[in-house]
Amino acid sequence: MPEQDPVERSRNFFEVNLGFTEELAKQEALRCIQCPKPSCIEGCPVNIKIKEFIALIAEEKFSEAAAKIKEDNILPAICGRVCPQEEQCEIKCTVGKKNEPVAIGRLERFAADYERIHSGIKIPEIKKKTGKKVAVVGSGPAGLSCAGDLIRMGHEVTVFEALHDLGGVLIYGIPEFRLPKEIVKAEVEVLKKLGVEFKTNFIVGLTDTIDELFQNGFDAVFIAVGAGLPHFLNIEGENLIGVYSSNEFLTRVNLMKAYRFPEYDTPVFNCAGKSIAVFGGGNTAMDAVRTAKRLGAENACIIYRRSEIEMPARKEEVHHAKEEGIEFIMLANPVKFIGDEKGWLKKAVLQKMELGEPDASGRRRPVPVAGSEYLINIDMAVVAVGNGSNPIIQKTTAGLNFNKWGNIEVNETTMATSKKGVFAGGDIVTGGATVILAMGAGRKAAAAINEYLTNPA
Amino acid sequence: MHKIVAAEFLAPDIKRFEIEAPKIAQKRKAGQFVIIRVSPNGERIPLTIAGSDVLIGTITIIVQGIGKTTKEMNLLNAGDCIQDIAGPLGKPSHIQKYGTVVIVGGGVGTAIAYPVADALKKAGNNTIAIIGGRTKEFVILEDEMKKVSDVVFFTTDDGTYGYHGFVTDKLKEIILTEKKIDFILAIGPIPMMKAVANLTREYGIKTVVSLNPIMVDGTGMCGGCRAEVGGKTVFVCVDGPEFDAHDVNFEILERRNRSYLADEEEALKNHLCRLNLNAT
Repeated sequence: MPEQDPVERSRNFFEVNLGFTEELAKQEALRCIQCPKPSCIEGCPVNIKIKEFIALIAEEKFSEAAAKIKEDNILPAICGRVCPQEEQCEIKCTVGKKNEPVAIGRLERFAADYERIHSGIKIPEIKKKTGKKVAVVGSGPAGLSCAGDLIRMGHEVTVFEALHDLGGVLIYGIPEFRLPKEIVKAEVEVLKKLGVEFKTNFIVGLTDTIDELFQNGFDAVFIAVGAGLPHFLNIEGENLIGVYSSNEFLTRVNLMKAYRFPEYDTPVFNCAGKSIAVFGGGNTAMDAVRTAKRLGAENACIIYRRSEIEMPARKEEVHHAKEEGIEFIMLANPVKFIGDEKGWLKKAVLQKMELGEPDASGRRRPVPVAGSEYLINIDMAVVAVGNGSNPIIQKTTAGLNFNKWGNIEVNETTMATSKKGVFAGGDIVTGGATVILAMGAGRKAAAAINEYLTNPA
Repeated sequence: MHKIVAAEFLAPDIKRFEIEAPKIAQKRKAGQFVIIRVSPNGERIPLTIAGSDVLIGTITIIVQGIGKTTKEMNLLNAGDCIQDIAGPLGKPSHIQKYGTVVIVGGGVGTAIAYPVADALKKAGNNTIAIIGGRTKEFVILEDEMKKVSDVVFFTTDDGTYGYHGFVTDKLKEIILTEKKIDFILAIGPIPMMKAVANLTREYGIKTVVSLNPIMVDGTGMCGGCRAEVGGKTVFVCVDGPEFDAHDVNFEILERRNRSYLADEEEALKNHLCRLNLNAT
């Protein structure tokens, strides 16, 4: 797929991937051998009819291809960009056994973009109104996909969002250069046209509790609040100025548009000419370090305690980061942060690590090398070592069971919680995961909620 | 959008707003705050709720114009609208009958202390209030505080009104003369809260302060508002905003609040330029 030049793009926030042209899309679609039993579909958490939509692209029926995808996935332009296809559908592709797999994700993106640009997004059909009301808590991928299914099943749906803008992590977390916000807005707009009601600035638990939502006439509630509590490293100096959680750094830049300060009021650390370190090896870490580079950082590096093979980030993101001049320091762990007399971060002490026996995740455990500490000069640090679960729902909702990590316990087939009429899915159940897994959970919950509302036990 | 129903200056640059927010008016408890975004390109800032009128569905917010956002807000009048208001956020103040309590409010901090003073009074406490300001103009909410306190003292740094000196001078006097003080709430500029904490630590009087760090979401999602309390990191937006004054590391709070000083100056300069352009 055509991309922006690495040097050029490392100074702007425009999208890195430029998307297939019609000709390239058709060529790519023709590489699909239309297997009688397509295993790619099994690899997709929402079982998109991959074989059929690719056949439509090969026939140049681009809008029809988009419609086919949307039978199973209401947010194709988003998923086509941010799904880890290489671990899901594409890894199962028969063509991929000998050659490069068919670029399913890129074709999905192409079809969705084509429809949005050329024929306008089609509004899917809605079943007869059931008169039942569902509250969806959180407008991230799990909430949006659940809302999209429920409204088409004929239920009334209201989505409650704590922030002032819709999309959850798609808006505050994933940067513009990977997922333009206009695309999120366009996909949310479809849900609005379908009749989904959105309430922003509404913090369920505080503005209204879940019990109050039921009192106010909702028949079921889907909790999809994400993993919104940043983990820190718990090391000395972590409260110095210039140490950010990835959530704060990315929220300032993405949601609040700090990269356009002072046109937008929210500032962020002035990275121009500075040395920036991002701690962590996931997609969020890649997003943060590439963002810092675009904000003008002279040196921007990833510091990760294991080696590159163990990094959970998508290969494509790591590849893009390297192309953009991001440095990778592997097998190193921060021990403390050191600041100047005014409290600004200036240095970090790192300790070298080596790989030991595999841990619970199956990855080799990083073990500190005694006496290997060394100093690096940094002006800003972003801690991107994952998220815990936000405590607001837990503190304000009786009858909901949580596990020891603060995640909501659910029946994995129905996403039903221990509380009657309350379902949950996405990162609040699984801990930090991917957009498509959250969407899969949202769809599963929608089916179960539909069942609960139409055939109450 | 939230309509401003009434707006008036209480002191130079300190303005009181009554803003439509029926849900928050109904829900809010003393000590809680809202996140406000004044305009579509605006930043999110936390402002403590000073009161509410459940019947007409408004909340009271008292703002001191310091940075671009607060100055921009103070240009608004009745009939204008606020882009976004989210809340109520943070833990409500812990209200109980302590016995004798002292409420210390400094500058615009008095606006934040007022609803807590009201709640403490209603809980049956003997309530003493000390309201301080740089100069007479900055002694605010005099009548309101009188209504919810058994005794009110006023202090000014320059002696233009009431007691000539800092709130801590007056507080020390009260500590030395009053039989027993069971609880102190101090809300104001960081140096004031720090001074109160240092004073009452000596006397072993339980003291609570309300912290005002920089925030973004206000719901625990970003960790920008973290502070050090009792040697541990807390998120002020969800763990606070009120904490035991004797455990708070005020130096870190003060430093972190200066994170964006240069940017704030730039934003303000830009803002004032635009205002001047519009005026000419």
